[in-house]
Amino acid sequence: MDLITAITIFALAIFIGFEIITKVPPTLHTPLMSGSNAISGITLVGAILAVRSGSGFFGALLGFIAIVFAMVNVVGGFLVTHRMLEMFRKKG
Amino acid sequence: MLDTLSHWLVFAQEGPSLVPAGTNEAADVVDELAHAAAVGPWANLAYLIAAILFIRGIKGMTHPRTAVRGNLTGALGMLLAVVVTVWQLGLLPLGVAIVGMALGAVAGYVMATRVQMTQMPQMVGLFNGFGGLASLLVVGAETHTHFAGAANVSEAACAAGVTGLIGAVTFTGSMVAAGKLQELDMFRKPWSFPGQRVANAVLLLSCLGLTFLMLGGHGWAYILIVLLAGVLGVLLVVPIGGADMPVVIALLNSYSGLAASAAGFVISNNVLIIAGSLVGASGLILTGIMCRAMNRSLAHVLFGKLQAAEDAPSADDVYAGKIKATSAEEVAMLLDGVQRVVIVPGYGLAVAQAQHAVRDLANLLEDRGVTVEYAIHPVAGRMPGHMNVLLAEADVPYDQLKEMDEINPTMSQADVAIVIGANDVVNPVADTDPKSPIAGMPIIHADQARTVVVIKRSLSPGFAGIPNPLFAADNCLMLFGDGKQVMVELIAALKEAA
Repeated sequence: MDLITAITIFALAIFIGFEIITKVPPTLHTPLMSGSNAISGITLVGAILAVRSGSGFFGALLGFIAIVFAMVNVVGGFLVTHRMLEMFRKKG
Repeated sequence: MLDTLSHWLVFAQEGPSLVPAGTNEAADVVDELAHAAAVGPWANLAYLIAAILFIRGIKGMTHPRTAVRGNLTGALGMLLAVVVTVWQLGLLPLGVAIVGMALGAVAGYVMATRVQMTQMPQMVGLFNGFGGLASLLVVGAETHTHFAGAANVSEAACAAGVTGLIGAVTFTGSMVAAGKLQELDMFRKPWSFPGQRVANAVLLLSCLGLTFLMLGGHGWAYILIVLLAGVLGVLLVVPIGGADMPVVIALLNSYSGLAASAAGFVISNNVLIIAGSLVGASGLILTGIMCRAMNRSLAHVLFGKLQAAEDAPSADDVYAGKIKATSAEEVAMLLDGVQRVVIVPGYGLAVAQAQHAVRDLANLLEDRGVTVEYAIHPVAGRMPGHMNVLLAEADVPYDQLKEMDEINPTMSQADVAIVIGANDVVNPVADTDPKSPIAGMPIIHADQARTVVVIKRSLSPGFAGIPNPLFAADNCLMLFGDGKQVMVELIAALKEAA
């Protein structure tokens, strides 16, 4: 993938982000933040790729630590968001 | 370790190479590459689907009715992306990865299920930091293994430098923010030193300069970038005071996404770029909302100081002889026979953990036919939406939570406004004194209610450090004490009077 393609994807995704999140009701500010934060744990994909063979010991070690932290981010983030949203929903 | 270091250092001479020198490992890698090439297009299609699920998920998160499904949609996208990645690697050599994922999943599960709602700001801060750390480690591993997978070393090196910078700032900045929110002693007081802005600029420029070194093939520069940016993250957040935390948390949220996106540039992975930039955009929007709610620019929140004007009235001038302290019994009598009560919560509510007691009071009033509403200022509390989460935990129906713009036109029709643990967000000076540090900040017009009851420990100023004329107003009664304790007394007094 060349740089221009990557930048194109990046720029379009930023615009999609701005367009779909037009007005966030304040009720959802915190869940939106923790939920989107869980999505930023997508770096987990990069971490898994980093421990593939050929990374050497040091590369695999960094990848391993990255997997642990990204996974905390993903599991913790989605779960805590769900907990909050359930509180909002039960008397909606 | 020496071997490792030399690995980084020889990078300049070797240039990019997908196959490392070790011979038996090389055979594995060739197999793996063949497999990856065969499944590559399918994997990328699956990543596209994951990205679409993320977009649908985030869109869902912007409406209360669709939020739960939105969150689950995002989680589904994540599951898909991870499964496809594992499949792309041919299901081997997953031993280590599985252990890491299990460790992280257990830690994440325990943290997410044990956390109290009042601790949510520091929790979100921690998770932001972990995301940034993971991204910078991924790129560290990738830099170490010669930018394998990138089409062009120089572009990848540039993106790697940026990931190191953003990732490290996100990590250390979030740790400091979480420490402040947890009120750890070492972060209790905001501190700064002369020339801090210069130091920040030097650190930032050094990181960019080191990125150029990486462009020249010096992989070791990455370590320095991470260290310097780590210091920068600390210096950026340490001087920022409590009430500005909503802005900082939202901004770090954005950074954690941008770090993931930059990491996507390094490893040429679409789903990282897309998901990361969505989060980056969402965090920036929240940051903007928070800044507007304080009528301050982002630069002013990050680098400016709130300072009262020289000729501003002192607390003695404002309060002397005009403060009317009241008692729970008196307020209970006041609440007898009213029709509409508006509760204005602030950070003090969270500190006192008074949300359940407030709800009990509201229930009691509603049983007597009183309309109870809550006026929520966008920056009340320590993170965006803090008050909403606390009150939702206490089972307050969310249609009773009114936004500032919605409730202000009707404040004059409220019989009683109960301000609990809020100060600057109800300070009328924002409208009346153009020289005040909070001039122009939109406030909740509690002062327009027929009677205002302010529940507060003392007359100490809020974050802006200025006296609040509301407390001395003719229609204002001060009920001094701990928020929760006062609420309990108030409920008892109301029941007794009935």
